Amino acid sequence: MNQRIKSLREESLSAVPHISIERARLVTEAYQEYSGKVSVPVLRALAFANIMEKKQIHIGEGELIVGERGGVPQATPTYPELCCHTLQDFELIDAREKIAFRVTDDVREVQASEIIPYWQGRSMRDFIFNEMTEAWQDCYAAGIFTEFMEQRAPGHTVADNKIYHFGMRDFQAKIRDQISQLNYGKDPKAYDKREQLRAMDICAAALIRFGERHAEKAEAIAAQTDDCERKQELLRVAEVCRRVPAEAPRNFWEALQMYWFVHLGVITELNTWDSFNPGRLDQHLRSFYEAGLAEGTLTRDKAKELLQCFWIKFNNQPAPPKVGVTLAESGTYTDFANINVGGLQPDGSDGVNEVSFLLLEVIDEMRLLQPSSNIQLSKKNPDRFLRRACEIVRKGWGQPSMFNADAVVQELLRQGKSLVDARCGGTSGCVETGAFGKEAYILTGYLNLVKILEITLHNGYDPHTKKQLGPKTGDPELFVTFADLLAAFRKQVEHFVEIKVQGSNVIDRLYATRMPAPFLSIIVDDCIAKGQDYNAGGARYNTNYIQGVGIGTLTDSFSAIKEHIFTTGKLTMAELMQVLAANFTGYEQQQWLLSQKTPRYGNDLDEADAIMRELFQMYYDIVNGRPTVKGGVYRINMLPTTCHVYFGSVTGATPDGRLAEQPFSEGISPVQGADHFGPTAVVKSASKMDHLLTGGTLLNLKFTPSLLANDEGLKSLVQLVRTYFRLDGHHVQFNVVNVETLRAAQREPEKYRDLIVRVAGYSDYFSNLSRPLQDEIIARTEHQQF
Amino acid sequence: MQQGTIFNIQRFSIHDGPGIRTTIFLKGCPLGCAWCHNPESQHALPQIMVRAERCQGCGACVSACANGSAVITQGKRQPATCRACGNCVDVCAHDALELVGRTMTVTEVMQEIMKDELFYDQSGGGVSFSGGEPLLQAEFLENLLAACRRQGLHTVVDTCGYAPWPVLAKLAPLVDLFLFDVKLMDEARHKQYTGVSNRIILQNLTSLAALQKQIEVRVPIIPGVNDDRKNMEALAEFLRPLPILGVKLLPYHAYGVPKYAYLGQAYRLDEQLPAGEVAVEKSAAFLRGAGLAII
Repeated sequence: MNQRIKSLREESLSAVPHISIERARLVTEAYQEYSGKVSVPVLRALAFANIMEKKQIHIGEGELIVGERGGVPQATPTYPELCCHTLQDFELIDAREKIAFRVTDDVREVQASEIIPYWQGRSMRDFIFNEMTEAWQDCYAAGIFTEFMEQRAPGHTVADNKIYHFGMRDFQAKIRDQISQLNYGKDPKAYDKREQLRAMDICAAALIRFGERHAEKAEAIAAQTDDCERKQELLRVAEVCRRVPAEAPRNFWEALQMYWFVHLGVITELNTWDSFNPGRLDQHLRSFYEAGLAEGTLTRDKAKELLQCFWIKFNNQPAPPKVGVTLAESGTYTDFANINVGGLQPDGSDGVNEVSFLLLEVIDEMRLLQPSSNIQLSKKNPDRFLRRACEIVRKGWGQPSMFNADAVVQELLRQGKSLVDARCGGTSGCVETGAFGKEAYILTGYLNLVKILEITLHNGYDPHTKKQLGPKTGDPELFVTFADLLAAFRKQVEHFVEIKVQGSNVIDRLYATRMPAPFLSIIVDDCIAKGQDYNAGGARYNTNYIQGVGIGTLTDSFSAIKEHIFTTGKLTMAELMQVLAANFTGYEQQQWLLSQKTPRYGNDLDEADAIMRELFQMYYDIVNGRPTVKGGVYRINMLPTTCHVYFGSVTGATPDGRLAEQPFSEGISPVQGADHFGPTAVVKSASKMDHLLTGGTLLNLKFTPSLLANDEGLKSLVQLVRTYFRLDGHHVQFNVVNVETLRAAQREPEKYRDLIVRVAGYSDYFSNLSRPLQDEIIARTEHQQF
Repeated sequence: MQQGTIFNIQRFSIHDGPGIRTTIFLKGCPLGCAWCHNPESQHALPQIMVRAERCQGCGACVSACANGSAVITQGKRQPATCRACGNCVDVCAHDALELVGRTMTVTEVMQEIMKDELFYDQSGGGVSFSGGEPLLQAEFLENLLAACRRQGLHTVVDTCGYAPWPVLAKLAPLVDLFLFDVKLMDEARHKQYTGVSNRIILQNLTSLAALQKQIEVRVPIIPGVNDDRKNMEALAEFLRPLPILGVKLLPYHAYGVPKYAYLGQAYRLDEQLPAGEVAVEKSAAFLRGAGLAII
């Protein structure tokens, strides 16, 4: 890391996240001017253009890659058209200890006088909550499911390679060509398509203007700079910004800057959940890198420096804070950009190249939360590549995570993607599979499977909110067999999935009609060809996911009931209900029996793992294949982000011995501390799930540094990953950290500000995590001294 | 023997031979090394370990005891009457009791072993037999090794070498790699610290080497016991002519000390003995200088 990168990195890490009111103001200004006068897509495009034309342009000292979403690094805009912060929200984020955003008095003043008056009752969040049924609202309040779109726009797509071949002018040409071919006589949607295409055209022009403004700014600073070297650099920056995004990039530097402008366009247009990212970056950059080296216009060191500048840009953009209860409950600055390295080429050959190793080196040196990184590991990739990744993993800060590229291809093929589209896909967000540049794969929300068991055991009643939320599926004390319980549970899951899907179908239409994303639509196939918005089904592939949470806790709970009630008869259902109601107080013997004498998931025990398979299959059957309103399909994946903590907090004691309000197991990992036979047993249990039926699963493995300390440890890690992937495992990530270190960090957070741990599909600063999540990670970590 | 006594099966074992392995720990050892970190491995029969500090005096074990008395009463062991049936362990909700050692058949052990077959394939790993002293259950071990051979698995036997030569010779063809412990060269001191003479051990190592078997010699380095120059010189002299793969030095750790109390036994070494990393460095340098390969 050279001096430039050191200081840019330091600046990024030390800048205080704060709220920038600029975007809210410019959007409001545009809406005040145009709302009702133009079509909705054009309104959105004009709002976008207003931001790109007027927002403050920042070029930091020493920067080579330029552009910020806010005015300066760590300035974070708000999206009042999606959800409008109250002054109390601002109060809270300003004052809170963790994941704080400074809010100045000026910002509060503008929020109170301009933003709130305009957006109150008009934001998407308001519309969504107005449109949701009482049943939906009750389930939402009870924590049976969450809803992503109440605060953020449906995003979740990733760039493919088209922006390295086409500039915005090329896209404009395509758009205009489409407009010229519209047949108003025969195509009933011709007008809608024209408005959508016109909106895209406006957005493309807006991004070109945004690039030009950076060129102008760079030239202006250059004119006032005495430092000769910096002056030359700034003129070079200006040259790059005059070229991209208007035209296709010609070299490595322009390629990175091209992506960065597109990135800023996407995340400025809307606050897309699971932030957009460049996807298969080593594939995209390879030709630029090789050409630059061959021509002598690029060196490895220069390429690395540019990449490091690029990395820092991601870290400068914290995830925008939420509103209401979600604001209080959630906390991370991470915006889930997750760069893919390795994998396959479109023709199916090994995709690992020199840039792959260069990216790993950058990841290793930068140690930033954002962008997150992963390797896409195919059986065709050499061990050398995996070994290099494992060397970084061993350092213990959670990156890169590892994905099975061959399984990802199979998952995509199963979903009906073409072979080439599948090979050009990858994973994003936490672990979600997608056809990059061609698919809208929306996470709609998490489903609290464990809570549904609790409700099943109460005959449809939720003891927490004291409401009859589910159907009456029978008094469990009258169940004669384990199958009776499973049947009742199935009915409950069907019921809640139905409510969730009904809600999502309405929300999808609200976004399609009220909140199109014409800029994002430019770069996602086949929105231009179809003249249809990304949010309205314009993408080639459309998928809605519902993410199942707590499969480990759920499996162990069912296993405990099967073992102790229906097999050995050591407990009756009535006794179990009594024990759970008491949260095990006074029933320690029963708690011990349930937790310690139950065959549990994660130990490669077929009796427990068979239950997991059955529950997984049930969930799959209930969700998978339902049609979405965008012409796509509902599917499942198994990931929690941090929702296993929230869902745990609204769920009472469970039959696996878990106390009320404690977190569930995360992803498809076993319950913390329930696995006793080491990582091969965990991997075996986890691989009994049919990962290929999902759009992503998340497995966390924990190691103490000592286990991986020497060459034997590293080799074993490599082979462990290979074997899991041979078994079609989708993803694995590693936490390599001592319990002692974590405890010390909890005691003296100020000394461990830089301690990064793997949370769930992403890494975060340990000191920024809530206490329950910290405790949970300690519990996870503690249990690894096998 | 189609069955034997096992006290642990460790999967993802990566330090007992090549690749990812499953290590089967057979219970019972003819030696009683003063530094042994697995004292529960020494006795040939199942035993109850008692973590007295966890006992809450709930009395569940007393009521469950098959022969009328409990292994533990009011935090005190009653070893005389205990037959290690394990009933008490099954009811102890405070994890104060642990049954060490259980009878398993060859089929049962093989079922556990085969669970990680893919990991062995992938990593060039296999199965390791350790103890205790696996040769003490020679027939059982032979059946296990033969079963592994039938499945094409790589096998390792970790032995202290104290067994009649014919026993070792009979097993040798079924073993791909021996981890052979040599503790002390001086016979009297060997006897003092392990309870037995080292003559048969050294003789067996020589004979095994003559069979051209793959052998890795392992030496636990116990500060003040066997890290002196005299012992190292004798060790080097003895090993130098043998066609072994090399020597691995294992540092002493006091991790096993609490287990002596759990078993109602006394620890014979100084409990404050420092860990052996530094001594290992020194001994390794010496042995390397004497022409031995250090692994």
